[in-house]
Amino acid sequence: MISLSGVAAQFTELALAVLLAPLLTGWVNQCRAWLQNRSAPPLLQPYRVLNKLFQKEVVLAYGASPLFRVAPYLIFGCLCAAAAIVPTLGTDLPLNAAADAIALVGLLALARMFIALAGMDVGTAFGTLGARREMLVGFLAEPALLMVLFTASLISNSTSLATIAATLAHKEFVIHPSLAFAGVAFTMVSLAENARIPVDNPATHLELTMIHEAMVLEYSGRHLAMIEWAASLKLFVYSCIGLVLFFPFGIASGGDWLGLVLALPALLGKLALGGALLALIEMLSAKMRIFRAPEFLGTAFLLAVLAMLVHVLLER
Amino acid sequence: MLQHHGPQLVNLLASVMLLLAFAMLSQRRIISLINLFAAQGFTLFLSTALVAWLTGQDHLYASALLTLALKVIALPWILHRLIRRLNVKWDVETLINIPTTMLIGIVLVILAFNLALPISLLAGTVTKATLGIALACVLLSFLMMITRSKAVPQVIGFLAMENGLFFAATGAVYGMPMVIEFGIALDVLVGMLILGIFFFRIRERFDSLDTRHLERLKEL
Repeated sequence: MISLSGVAAQFTELALAVLLAPLLTGWVNQCRAWLQNRSAPPLLQPYRVLNKLFQKEVVLAYGASPLFRVAPYLIFGCLCAAAAIVPTLGTDLPLNAAADAIALVGLLALARMFIALAGMDVGTAFGTLGARREMLVGFLAEPALLMVLFTASLISNSTSLATIAATLAHKEFVIHPSLAFAGVAFTMVSLAENARIPVDNPATHLELTMIHEAMVLEYSGRHLAMIEWAASLKLFVYSCIGLVLFFPFGIASGGDWLGLVLALPALLGKLALGGALLALIEMLSAKMRIFRAPEFLGTAFLLAVLAMLVHVLLER
Repeated sequence: MLQHHGPQLVNLLASVMLLLAFAMLSQRRIISLINLFAAQGFTLFLSTALVAWLTGQDHLYASALLTLALKVIALPWILHRLIRRLNVKWDVETLINIPTTMLIGIVLVILAFNLALPISLLAGTVTKATLGIALACVLLSFLMMITRSKAVPQVIGFLAMENGLFFAATGAVYGMPMVIEFGIALDVLVGMLILGIFFFRIRERFDSLDTRHLERLKEL
């Protein structure tokens, strides 16, 4: 049964995610600049960068395989699919039946695999180095993310993100101590996955410390634009997963047109707050050595396991 | 509203205590360790006050205030002063590396939860589910004392263990008799002062606060 409001919610949601993702990145950059006492770049700067990159010509490295050329589109596609199954406005999404939280983690892993392969494809030292580091961070972050999602699934007895959001937002309000642990673990994972400061620095081009930037060094023109856009989209998707799991209040239930309209300002407000918090966390922490990253992500995994244990002890 | 969600809120505070115990276990810097200890004390104060309010046990208010005065204000202040005087702000050394310690910590938590499950079935209090967490906090503090080689973190582990015991008492039987609580509080305070003097003696003798030096008792 596909309802009209569900289809509407699905399409607005996807369009919003794709269009608003650079805005979120711009907002985080702006907050960071304010906190560092710099004059901030304009809020729309990421759109200008994308526009500039789309107009530039593509320079391909000698010996680049077709994979190198299609990878940006595949990565962007994976993240669009991921954005489509994370409920942001309403919980009644037609596409939600197609993929649950585990498939979502799979989609993110697929995007990571393509970007790592593309990084290695040209054969420069930096690309390979970045790809290896990315896979190291990824394989440690993934189990922690799965455990966080499993904790939420145990609470709502479903791995579908829409059902999780509906349980947490619309049923009787219950305090879940396990979500406190899961929240800390999720924050750590999303910092690592989005190449944020304790693990990677999104603004650096210093050779020895970069992870994400090292992989995409060889890209230019519209390919680079797609990758930058996909990176913004990834940040947006992670923020929305966080909102679904920990602050789902304000999300509309099925067939509720007024709720859908009201959910939009609620979502924007929550994202603005989340972006400011992210900038604050980045300000307060120092970049770790890459060999500290396994410890950081191991801690995230253990916290997520603890969340499940606490759920079994306290909430059953 | 608060009455209805009260027991859930106690559970939440219990989880925060466990979270802080893990944070202390993974912390390398000594100043942050003291701040985490103070935060754990504050959580203990909140949960004791909440249990007192939920159950109408007036003597628990007194023990909550005692916790606030002693574990949030006095002991962290003494510890901060001590490390300033001893000039030990650098990283804490651990005997086992931190990820392994955390893994052992998880095993201890599972053990504590299983041990406490039959006991908490017997308890009739609203806070019975927190007994497992309190036991886990005690075991984690033990682990911290074992895995650290310097004297100051060991003492912080000891104090954190007392936090866990206090929490277990509140959770299982709504607190111990007042006399015992005051006795323990005095013990902890005096013990802290004596250990403070001890730090200076150890450092004077060995030029370091590493307690492994104490294993060698003979004069060379």
